[in-house]
Order: sequence, then C-alpha cells, then structure tokens
Amino acid sequence: MLFTGCQSPAVYYWGHYEDLVYGTYAKPDKFPPEMQVQTMEEDLHRAISANKPVPPGFHAHLGYLYFQLGKADLARQEFENEKKQYPESTVFMDRMLANLSKK
Amino acid sequence: MKTRLLILGLLSTVVALSGCVTKPYDYTNFRAHPPRSILVLPPLNESTDTRGTYGYLSTVTMPLAEMGYYVFPVVVVDQYMKENGLPGAGEMHQVPLDKIRDIIGADAVLYITLKQYGSKYQVLTSTTIVTAEGKLVDVKTGLTLWEGTANVQQSSSSGNIIADLVVAAVDQAVNSSTDQAHDLSHMANMQLLMTKDHGLLYGPYYPKEK
Repeated sequence: MLFTGCQSPAVYYWGHYEDLVYGTYAKPDKFPPEMQVQTMEEDLHRAISANKPVPPGFHAHLGYLYFQLGKADLARQEFENEKKQYPESTVFMDRMLANLSKK
Repeated sequence: MKTRLLILGLLSTVVALSGCVTKPYDYTNFRAHPPRSILVLPPLNESTDTRGTYGYLSTVTMPLAEMGYYVFPVVVVDQYMKENGLPGAGEMHQVPLDKIRDIIGADAVLYITLKQYGSKYQVLTSTTIVTAEGKLVDVKTGLTLWEGTANVQQSSSSGNIIADLVVAAVDQAVNSSTDQAHDLSHMANMQLLMTKDHGLLYGPYYPKEK
C-alpha cells in the first residue's frame, strides 16, 4: 500500500501487523489477543504462499499474544522463530524466553 | 474504511510537504557506527491530542524495516517497559543507554518527539498537522547518528464553498471517530526517515542493487 509507485516493491509481507499495533492502543476492545492471533496466523499463511518473509517483530508480537493467552509452548516457539529469522533480536528474545520459564 | 476512501477521493486533498531542502545531512557518525537494529520508543507527545504517541508509533516499523533495519517489536517493548515500572514515553526516553544494551540489545535508539499532532475543525474545512522530530542515537557510544524533522499538513478545502460545506459536515462526522493524524503519520514518517540526503541511510537487510 505505501510502497507502490516510485518505490521498489516491499521486501516483507506485512499483512495486518501495523494495523494490529495501532488497534492494540486505539481500539483495545476490538483488538483482543484472540482476534490478533487469528489475524496473524492467517497472515503467516499468506506470507508463506506469497513466498515473502514476515517483517521484523512479527514473530515476537505473535509470541507475546500467545503468552497473554497462556499458551507458553506456542509463545516459546514464536520467540525462537524471531531469533532464528533475525539474530539481532537475540538479547531481547532470550529475556522473553526467560520470563516464560519463570511462570 | 470504504467511506473514508471515497471521501478522500472526492476531496481535492492538499498535502503540503514542507521542510527545508538544504545541504545533505552529515552522515559521518552514521557511517562510522552503522546500526543493524533499531529500537523505536513510543514518541514523546507535545501536542494536546493524547492519541499522538500510539497513533504515530504504529507507523514507524514499516519504513524502517523496508529501509533494511531490524526493528524491535514496538508493542512487546512498550508492554515490557510498562511492566517494569516505566508507565509512559517520558520515562522510557530517560532509560540509560547501557540498560538498553543489556535488556534489549539494540544497536541504536530512535527517539521521536511530536511537536504537533491532530486536526483542527473550522467552519468550512479541517486541517490536520503532524510535525515530528527524530533522533537516532548509537547505543554503544551515545553519539547522535542522525537527526531530522518532518512537517506534513493536510487540508480538506476545495476552494468551492458549497462543496466545502458538505465536505466539512461529512468530515467532522467521520473524523470525530477516526484519527486523521494517524493516517497522516505514515506520510510524515516517510518524509522524516526516507527523504534522500536527509533521512536514514539504508541498513543491512536492504536488497542490494543488481
């Protein structure tokens, strides 16, 4: 949407990531974790079909939503996915993983 | 959303892109300490519209990531900081760099301040303004790698008084529930971060030219 016309095509499959970030704060009642998880899981499938990587933060955001829903195993998997795709996230993701084991 | 698009299409929207076209930014520090990862903190909001901080924050990841940087998950970072005793943007902007390095592991921090954010409704028109200042700081050395300002303004006046009256009425009805400055923030960000010779340099994930 933003990166059309004179810009080169987007590197990432964005799906609804930024809309969810906005909704988390602007309309929290309409963007509960369950709804966000469903949207992101669908986006993840679309990204795979489109053969494009998901953007930085996508897996971490999804992991945090799983964590909020009490799904620790899925949360752990997503934090690991963020690390695998983007090693720059290692310090912060390790912190999130450590928090998971504490609870 | 459809209504909004339709209205946007009907309006002869005037977007004024200002900002100084002076000599290129001096990227000496940036080139000496090129970051791979950027932590975006929730913007400080100096406007009276309380939606500013998060209306703007939610538009920053895309341009930075598409320019080739790893961008930390903005919601996760924000929630983490809140859970650890930092209730707002003001407190988050005060976190010492060595702590950011230990806890987040970011190479650089992007501090944004919203000087103006929001819409003003007059009889015939509405004007939406977003003015943002950005500063990118190297976490290891504390050096400022980059600074910039963006000012984007959008007015709904068409010059036709009858059309304007209709538009103003529709505008106010639609915009009282939506945050137009959020939409404009996308544009402000692109101006702030992507303007040639004044925005950021490309990062490590930016596709190499073939």
